[in-house]
Amino acid sequence: MAAILKGIGASDGISFAKAYRLMEPDLTVEKKDVADAAAEAERFRAALKKSEAELEVIKEKARKDLGDDKAAIFEAHLLVLNDPELTGPIEDKIKSESVNAEYALQETANMFIGMFEAMDNEYMKERAADIKDVTKRVLAALLGVDLPAPALIAEEVVVVAEDLTPSMTAQLNREFVKGFTTDIGGRTSHSAIMARSLEIPAVVGTKNATTDIQNGDMIIIDGLQGEVHINPTEEVAAEYKKRAEAYAQQKAEWAKLVNEQTVTADGRHVELAANIGTPADLEGVKANGGEGVGLYRTEFLYMGRDNLPTEEEQFESYKAVLEGMEGKPVVVRTLDIGGDKELPYLNLPHEMNPFLGFRAIRLCLEEQDIFRTQLRALLRASIYGNLKIMFPMIATVNEFRQAKAVLLEERAKLEAEGVSVAEHIELGIMVEIPSTAVIADLFAKEVDFFSIGTNDLIQYTMAADRMNERVSYLYQPYNPSILRLVKMVIEAAHKEGKWAGMCGEMAGDETAIPLLLGLGLDEFSMSATSILKARAQMKHLSKADMEELAAKAIEMSTAEEVVELVQSIKKNS
Amino acid sequence: MSKKTFTVTADTGIHARPATLLVQTASKYSSDINLEFNGKTVNLKSIMGVMSLGIGKGAEITISAEGSDEEAALQAIETLLQNEGLAN
Repeated sequence: MAAILKGIGASDGISFAKAYRLMEPDLTVEKKDVADAAAEAERFRAALKKSEAELEVIKEKARKDLGDDKAAIFEAHLLVLNDPELTGPIEDKIKSESVNAEYALQETANMFIGMFEAMDNEYMKERAADIKDVTKRVLAALLGVDLPAPALIAEEVVVVAEDLTPSMTAQLNREFVKGFTTDIGGRTSHSAIMARSLEIPAVVGTKNATTDIQNGDMIIIDGLQGEVHINPTEEVAAEYKKRAEAYAQQKAEWAKLVNEQTVTADGRHVELAANIGTPADLEGVKANGGEGVGLYRTEFLYMGRDNLPTEEEQFESYKAVLEGMEGKPVVVRTLDIGGDKELPYLNLPHEMNPFLGFRAIRLCLEEQDIFRTQLRALLRASIYGNLKIMFPMIATVNEFRQAKAVLLEERAKLEAEGVSVAEHIELGIMVEIPSTAVIADLFAKEVDFFSIGTNDLIQYTMAADRMNERVSYLYQPYNPSILRLVKMVIEAAHKEGKWAGMCGEMAGDETAIPLLLGLGLDEFSMSATSILKARAQMKHLSKADMEELAAKAIEMSTAEEVVELVQSIKKNS
Repeated sequence: MSKKTFTVTADTGIHARPATLLVQTASKYSSDINLEFNGKTVNLKSIMGVMSLGIGKGAEITISAEGSDEEAALQAIETLLQNEGLAN
């Protein structure tokens, strides 16, 4: 019977194949007394040897199919397997208590898993999963049962599982495994990340995949919509065949645009840039044809540690990004911390209204040591590429003037020390506070550029905390009030010969793009994986037509009317 | 017994990859090798032991080795720490 499961689309694409249930064997352990403890310990060591051989095979396969990065997980598993602090106590337990190896293994491993899970560090918590994975493998070897071996699948299948462990995912043979679906997991769970790197369509978190799907059922995985169709009717299957072909064509079309500039149907160029958090993100920017970095969030340098990063550390990161972009523009946002982004080592007092509190430029102008260190690192790195500096959360012209004055002081000091600094560095501000948008014309006389931060601009304009689900209906990027503010900012910039960009979620949004193009936005900065799709979309939009569209949109009364208007254009074209 | 103290210079501290390398190197030697940090001592051949310490940047760590190849072991670990830019 045809049925549909809803889940979370974890990896884009559509696939058809027979279901292959990847289920764990029963690994229930009973406590037993053993007469010959030495022989039991020997049996345990043999199981370790067998597991080690299996892991070596999986590791090599992962290295070949997925690269060294992903194979590193199994390198870690091998170390856990041979960890004397794990195997020693297990052998001791077998001998001192005369218990079976399975029981000694499970008891000891559970103690370690509990210990790692209790740590308040995300990275450490994830290590508990590694120990579980290794324990399972050794238990299976001891119990004489086989763990599922997806590597041996030899026909096209969709894998159905409760969850996919790292070792299971790595064994999936790309030639035959056309997609997978799981009961649990979310967009950032391990299985989802692996699916994206393997480029296999996946739907996770369906709750009932393993109960509702039987081996051999015909399955459609729709990773785009997060749907799983079980034994679909012929009509549904035919419809999906078409969609799958269309998606494949679309992807091939997008890929052709990697080295192209972003040009509209009527020949106007706009810049599509990427938002990044670390130098490591540059790889994605290049793979997706980013024309620059529109937002480098420097707070990641300050997070996940116990102390402030030094000038030297910061310099190295900034330099790496500037050099990596090979002269393309890189907009670096100075420290945007406070509010929801905390740095425990700064010991800032807890606030009632953190989004309206002591954060970003407010903090930097008060704690000038932190600010000056960052500015020095940036100025020193400026000679390695095309640096632009942007201050976050500017609410008044005075704040900008103060920040600029600090920057100029540090520049003068560096120059007096004989350090080279790029001659001209554009200085801009994030526009995310309505007061700034309203007097953008006055700001435009003093700054070199604007970058509109829509996530905050929307929450401040609508007075709706974006972390509060009960008021999430007020998070309305297409509300005419937001569009009018955006328009004011862009027009103010252009009047003074400056440029305006956008680095919030909205810049990569399919519905917003026609409007933003029409309002005259010069630079769109988004997550790297959205760039090619946006470039393809813009190729088919005429800027002149979008100007008309935007002019109509700002006269609409509600966000819904704006969306309808944009969609009507889409249908007519 | 041979021992030596280092200061961790890696931004990420001794996590993930560095911990793997350290344990792999230590495991090549027959000597007993320990790592002391913040009053706690763990077996340097134990990945779980090393990671459980949560060693961050700026930490003082002391590595000691005892056995027939203790000097070679300590030398190899020192070389690794320096070559990988982990500590000095």
